[in-house]
Formats: sequence, C-alpha cells, structure tokens
Amino acid sequence: MGKHFGANEILKDISFEVGDGEFCILLGPSGCGKSTILRLIAGLEEPTRGAVRLGGERIDHLPPRDRDIAFVFQTYALYPHMSVFDNLAFALRMRGASRDEIETKVRDAARLLEIETLLERRPQALSGGQRQRVALGRAIVRQPKVFLFDEPLSNLDAALRATMRVELARLHRRLGATIVYVTHDQAEALTLGEKIVVLHQGIIQQIDSAAEIYHRPVNTRVARFVGSPQMNMLDGTVDETGSLFRCGHLQLNLSAFLGRPLVQFAGESLTLGIRAEDLEPVSPDQGWLRGEVEIIEDLGSDRFVHIQCNHFELIARAGREFALERRQTVGLNAAPGRMHFFQNERRIEP
Amino acid sequence: MKRWLALLLFSFGIGLYCLLPFLWFVLTSLKSPAELTAIPPKLIPAFQWGFYLSALEKHGLLRYVGNSAIVAGLATFVSIVIGSLAAYAMARFQLAWTRFYLLLLLAISMFPQIAIAGPVWTILNRLDSLNTYHGLVAAYIALTLPLAIWILTTFFREVPREIEEAALIDGCSRLQALRKVVLPIAAPGILTAALLVFIYCWNEFFFALIIMTDPQVQTLPVGIALFPGEYTMPWGEIAAASTLATLPLIALTLIFQRGIVRGLAAGAVKG
Repeated sequence: MGKHFGANEILKDISFEVGDGEFCILLGPSGCGKSTILRLIAGLEEPTRGAVRLGGERIDHLPPRDRDIAFVFQTYALYPHMSVFDNLAFALRMRGASRDEIETKVRDAARLLEIETLLERRPQALSGGQRQRVALGRAIVRQPKVFLFDEPLSNLDAALRATMRVELARLHRRLGATIVYVTHDQAEALTLGEKIVVLHQGIIQQIDSAAEIYHRPVNTRVARFVGSPQMNMLDGTVDETGSLFRCGHLQLNLSAFLGRPLVQFAGESLTLGIRAEDLEPVSPDQGWLRGEVEIIEDLGSDRFVHIQCNHFELIARAGREFALERRQTVGLNAAPGRMHFFQNERRIEP
Repeated sequence: MKRWLALLLFSFGIGLYCLLPFLWFVLTSLKSPAELTAIPPKLIPAFQWGFYLSALEKHGLLRYVGNSAIVAGLATFVSIVIGSLAAYAMARFQLAWTRFYLLLLLAISMFPQIAIAGPVWTILNRLDSLNTYHGLVAAYIALTLPLAIWILTTFFREVPREIEEAALIDGCSRLQALRKVVLPIAAPGILTAALLVFIYCWNEFFFALIIMTDPQVQTLPVGIALFPGEYTMPWGEIAAASTLATLPLIALTLIFQRGIVRGLAAGAVKG
C-alpha cells in the first residue's frame, strides 16, 4: 500500500502479511506511519494505492462496518453517554443480535476482563485501567476476524502498563486472536510480538521475530530504535589486515571478537555497533579499551555506565558487585560475537 | 466580608436593572383598572386577574400563543435538523471552503432585517405564501440557520473523532454514527442552539408584522402590538399578555438550565 496526505507521502509501498492467530506489532517512532497503517486496515482511511486483503479477499473497498475488524483506540473512545454494558453491547445491537445473545456475550467478556461489577457505570466513573478494559471488552464481544490496537497502553501509568501487557499476552493466547498492534514502546513490542514490523518514515525496515530484530538488526535505524539504552555506534575504518578498527584516536583490535578478520572490508568505512549489555566495565588494567566514568544510571536491577573514551561516549552495563565511581578510569570488555557491523547503514556479516 | 457584601449588592443592582421592565409589567398586569392610572402610581398591586381574563377573551391571546408556538416550534425544529447536518459536515470533513462558508454565514447573519424584508416579502408574495405558517417559518429558518450552524459547529468539533470512528467500526453508517453517538454527546450544545433559535423566533416582530397581516395567523409580538384600538390603550391587557408571552421562555430556560450552562461553557472554552 501507499498513502499520501496531500503532497506528503506517509507510507511508501509497504507490504506485509499477518498469519491467522498471529500477534503482529508495528513498531516505530512517532510519525512513522504505523497508526495510518492501522487506519487503512480498519477502513478509516483509504489507501492512495494498493490493497488490503483479509482471508484472501480484498476489503479495501468496504466501509469499516463491513470489515469484521475491531479497533482499540489509544484514547479508548468509549461512548460517554452509555453505561459500560451498553458500550459493550453497542456493536452487537448494531448487528441485530438477540437480547439473550447480547446478554450472554457481554457477561462473558466482562467476566474475562473482570469488569462485571462495573457494567452499570458510565465511562466517566471509571479509572484509566478500567476504561482500558472496557475498550478491550468492546472489541472482544464482537469476536472479529482481526483486532487492531493503536497504542492501547500508552495512557496508563508504568505499573498498570506492565500488568496489562501480560494480560494482553494471556488474552491473545486464550482467544487465539489475530492482532495487529501499534506501539512506539519497544519493551511492549519485544514482550508481546510474535512478528515485529519496524517502520521508519513510512518505510518498512525489518519484519522479524523479536529476537531477530534485537540480535540481528538489518540496519542502523533498527539497531538504534530497538533496545534500551541505545546501541553504541562507532563510525570508523578497518585497516588492511581486517582486524583493527580505527575510529578517531581509538584503535580497536577486533581479532579476539571475530571468527575471521574483516579482510573483504579492508580500508572501508564501517559502523561498529555494540549493545550496552555486551560491554562490561572491568578494572583498568584489563579489557579491550579504557575510559573514564561520567554518569552512573542505577536502575536497581542494572547499572548503566556512561563512559568517555577519547571523545566517544559508550554505555556499558555493570554488574552489581563491581565498585564504580564517577571520574574513575575503567577498562571495558566486549562479549565475543556480539558486535554488529554496518556499511552505508546496512548490516553486513563479517 | 466587606468585599463579599459589596459584590452581592453590585450583582443585585445589575439584576434589578435588567429585570426592572419585566417587574414593571408583571406588577402592572396584576393591578385593577383603577390602580392603573392612579397618581401617585401604586407599587404593590391589588393582585387582580381581570386583565388576564380580558386579554384571553377579548383579544384572543391564546390564538396568538398557538400561532407563535407553531411557527417558532417548526422553525426551530427544521433549523436544528438542517443546521446539525451542515455543522457536522463543517466540523468533520476537511472541506476546502469550510472557513469561507462559516465567515459567509456570519456575514449573512449580520444583514439588517430591513435590508432583506422587501425581497423576502416579494418572494413570499409570488409563492402565495403570505399569511401562511410555512411562509413565516421559511423566513425564520433562513434567519436562524447561520446562528444554528455556528453554534453547532463549535459543539461538533468537540466530540472526539475517535468516538465516532469507533461507532463506524462497531457497525454504524455515517448517519447512524451521527444519530446514535455524535448527537447524544453534543446534546447540551444542540439544546442551547435550539433554545436560542426558539427564543429568536418567539420574539421576532418585524418579519411577523409584514408577512402575517391576517389576525388569524399573527404571532404573539404582533398580536400584542395590535392590542391598542383607535381610541383605547389597554395597558393592563398588554402587560398581562407580555407576562404570558415571557413565561414559556423562562420555563424552558429553567428546565434546560443545566444543559445550557454546560453547553455555553463547553462552547466558550474552545471558542
């Protein structure tokens, strides 16, 4: 599909497939066009070119109500003038379901989401988490072919978000539902997604499992966007032997980390990437390179250490037992086989 | 405490200033014929209902009330229905000329009535619609639509787009979404618009005077204005009729007060 808004090209010929019962995540920074994809699938926008297929049939010419798709909005979009029960029953009523059927389905969904006691309330009288559940319930009662989620957890506080994340995963397993889920939160994407589609400026960068996206990003954009803290990136050149990486005043000997030297890239410009957890502070007389501790981020379970090495800032993860202070000189050890190399932003395999 | 008292006195003063004419004719309507011309004037009337009876019986006040209710009611209904559809389109669809249309409407609503009275009268005359309800109703719809559209557009803009989209996905057509979701949410605004339009039509004098020359179809303001005979000035009856004419408006406003306050406030915040 492609999508223009006036002269702006929001989506540039994107194409992907979601399997039956699959939990697919559209991940990308704000403004990358991921919500637009969802709206195109739902029929809230029309594609400028291309097609949307559901079970092999084209649905892009159908109005939203004939697509058998449920949408959970970021703002929940509950009907404020209706009780929770009526919110859940609305879609069923519109489809002419019988009174008994409505009663049964609404009660079932309410039980599943533990909102049975709230059915008589209006949305204003609910907390954020409860509203979220009602919005989910409204999608579930319809038993649609596809669920679309547009950043459904982003309005919740951190603790609730973590809980709901697990509940969504559980719900997906129980219902066996096909889900397309938009988020900019990579933690959400990595925990929930079976298939992750990474987007940047309207172009699909990578479609893969969470593990592949994380451990084998296809380009520097994916590598930078996925993972927290951001992957360390060093631009430099490889010497003639293929085992020395020069980056400003830094000279890094790669021979210990690579199976075979980068001879085929000798003399070329490359970007070396390494994640913080693959970089460990050690005593200054050991390690692969040396630097000065600038900032220590203590997250309780982990400590991320920002280290200045010859005008480059690298972030490393320190174990709890290793003593650290600001301005202290430390060595850095890198995990073998965990380095990523990119040329012209694309991943290359040494 | 002192400030509080000053504020109270000040508001009381403003209230009295605004309500004085109303108070005056309410008191007048309750006087006896003798008290009416008494000098010095009596402030507290005798609380007699004579003028009301005579207004109802001799001057056919009920007929005027009925005519006004029919004309104002119909005009309000049509104006709000058309206005809702127009305002919905203005608020929702990215129409190229939305801003221009809205400004045009505002400009139209500023035309002095006297400037369009001639053409309106000629058109209605050609259509053989002078002295008919539908003739006056048509004129009132034209007069009130810009106001209705302006108020309603503001309210529709405040209904979150997602709620409507949720309705579309839940199985509604555009019109069903409007009826089942947007209109109920915008109800305070619609009520406010309806009431303002109704009050306008109920009070309108000039068009009613030139279009309705037959006493059988005249509305309240015109009816009351024509109470005076060649040699009589029935102040008491006029006061009684004016009181009765005002009561429905006060009643409506009080009944829908909460909705209107919500409506006006909601409209005000967004501007």
